[in-house]
Amino acid sequence: MRKVYLDNTAATPLLPEVREAMLPYLGEVFGNPSSLHDWGDKAREAVESARIQVAQLIGANPEEIIFTGSGTESNNLAIKGLALAQQGKGKHIVVSAIEHFSVLHPVQTLGKWGFEMTLVPVDKYGVVDPEAVRKSLRKDTVLVSIMQASGEVGSIEPIAEIGKITRERDITFHTDAVATAGTIPVDVNELGVDSLSLAGNQFYGPKGVGALWVRKGVRLMPFLEGGVQEGGRRAGTENIPAIVGLGKAAELARVNMPARMKQLIPLRDRLLTELPAKIDHVVVTGHLKQRLPGHASFCIEFIEGEAMLMLLNSQGVAVSSGSACTSRALKASHVLIAMGIPHALAQGSILFTLGRDNSAQDIDYVLEVMPPIVERLRQMSPLYAKFLKTGKGGK
Amino acid sequence: MPVYSDKVMEHFMHPRNVGEIENPDGVGEVGNPICGDMMTFYIKVKDNRLADVKYKTFGCGAAIAVSSMVSEMAMGKTLDEALKITPRTVADELEGLPQNKFHCSNLGAQALHKAIQNYLGKKKGGK
Repeated sequence: MRKVYLDNTAATPLLPEVREAMLPYLGEVFGNPSSLHDWGDKAREAVESARIQVAQLIGANPEEIIFTGSGTESNNLAIKGLALAQQGKGKHIVVSAIEHFSVLHPVQTLGKWGFEMTLVPVDKYGVVDPEAVRKSLRKDTVLVSIMQASGEVGSIEPIAEIGKITRERDITFHTDAVATAGTIPVDVNELGVDSLSLAGNQFYGPKGVGALWVRKGVRLMPFLEGGVQEGGRRAGTENIPAIVGLGKAAELARVNMPARMKQLIPLRDRLLTELPAKIDHVVVTGHLKQRLPGHASFCIEFIEGEAMLMLLNSQGVAVSSGSACTSRALKASHVLIAMGIPHALAQGSILFTLGRDNSAQDIDYVLEVMPPIVERLRQMSPLYAKFLKTGKGGK
Repeated sequence: MPVYSDKVMEHFMHPRNVGEIENPDGVGEVGNPICGDMMTFYIKVKDNRLADVKYKTFGCGAAIAVSSMVSEMAMGKTLDEALKITPRTVADELEGLPQNKFHCSNLGAQALHKAIQNYLGKKKGGK
């Protein structure tokens, strides 16, 4: 059976070159970068060259990069660290309704500590209106956080426009670039942001490593305290093999980005146009053009995402879904609900995220196996039966 | 480790008794698409026994497997016996359900009981 992996937003395969770069640090090079002898020097050099590689990916200065344990940690450190460092100035935070939980949950925690939050809505494509951000700003606003793109619906946000507004008002602006860094061009100065999160497992690096970039001069309260690793902003002995892997992956992503985008965009566009042409009552979620290169997401009416996912898996195809049933918390995706998608339709969420190993044949295969799966589930769906009888419920 | 037991997967991949019954003796609908799962059970009763049980289900893998298992457990049973089927016995027959799916997807017994009550109600009302 053909195997087609289309869940690159969950994990990407580790590139062989990245693995090769990591191996010495799982073997002979074992020193602690904080040590002052030759063993320490070798480890420190490795971390510092990775810092340069990551900085180059986003047009930043190496000394502004903080290595972390994940994109989630980067977002937590940014939200809590930037807000708490400025609490003397004000206690109001602005975030979009579609932020990842690693942004939303820290903001909710800050709410228990006396901060107030304004949620900026999105349109039906999942896009934030910069003017809505402007209107939500208050005298006591100390932090704005808007993601650069949603991993769930693929829409790319107008970060540079929002950055102009936060600049005018001199308000710290964080962006979660976990879905974009290494995938599309990201330049911290063009975006006009003050801090940015990224993670290695989104661009063929190892898991369990991420980075937070914080512009020089912007104050950040650390939450891991101890030694002076990462300039005292994230204490703890560094995960050197993972950091080296992140660095190598960042370098390769920068070099390979134009070719990869050229490869993925046509494949994505085939899915976005041909799947709704083959199956009735399918809605594309997210923006059609202003969209991540390998990202095709849909809601399929009258059926549920997990059941689709499991049947696709039985045909060798790996995907994900934002349906309530696929989430551990059993709640429909807050992103889809924020876009105004009704709960029943959001249950039919399905998400194909393409990567370097995908070909036109993979898309042919998905387009071949998907319609019978949808038909099979619709045949047992009471919602579809009702729709056929009454003509109601159709989108 | 897979999320679902082999038994759940087997029923999900090959659900038994899917469909509707024309002129059913009882119908029971539970759930709604907001919480995720929705099931409609149809029954045909003969001599106080379930002569036929069918269903339609909107929901996840667990919801589909639960529906299939309930239909299999209920088929041919007396109404009293069928009313003794519970979410627990269904989950046991399926060799377990994930903790978070036990309540939301395990609606089959409830839908079946509703169909039986619907039948009993109609009978009482002189149909």
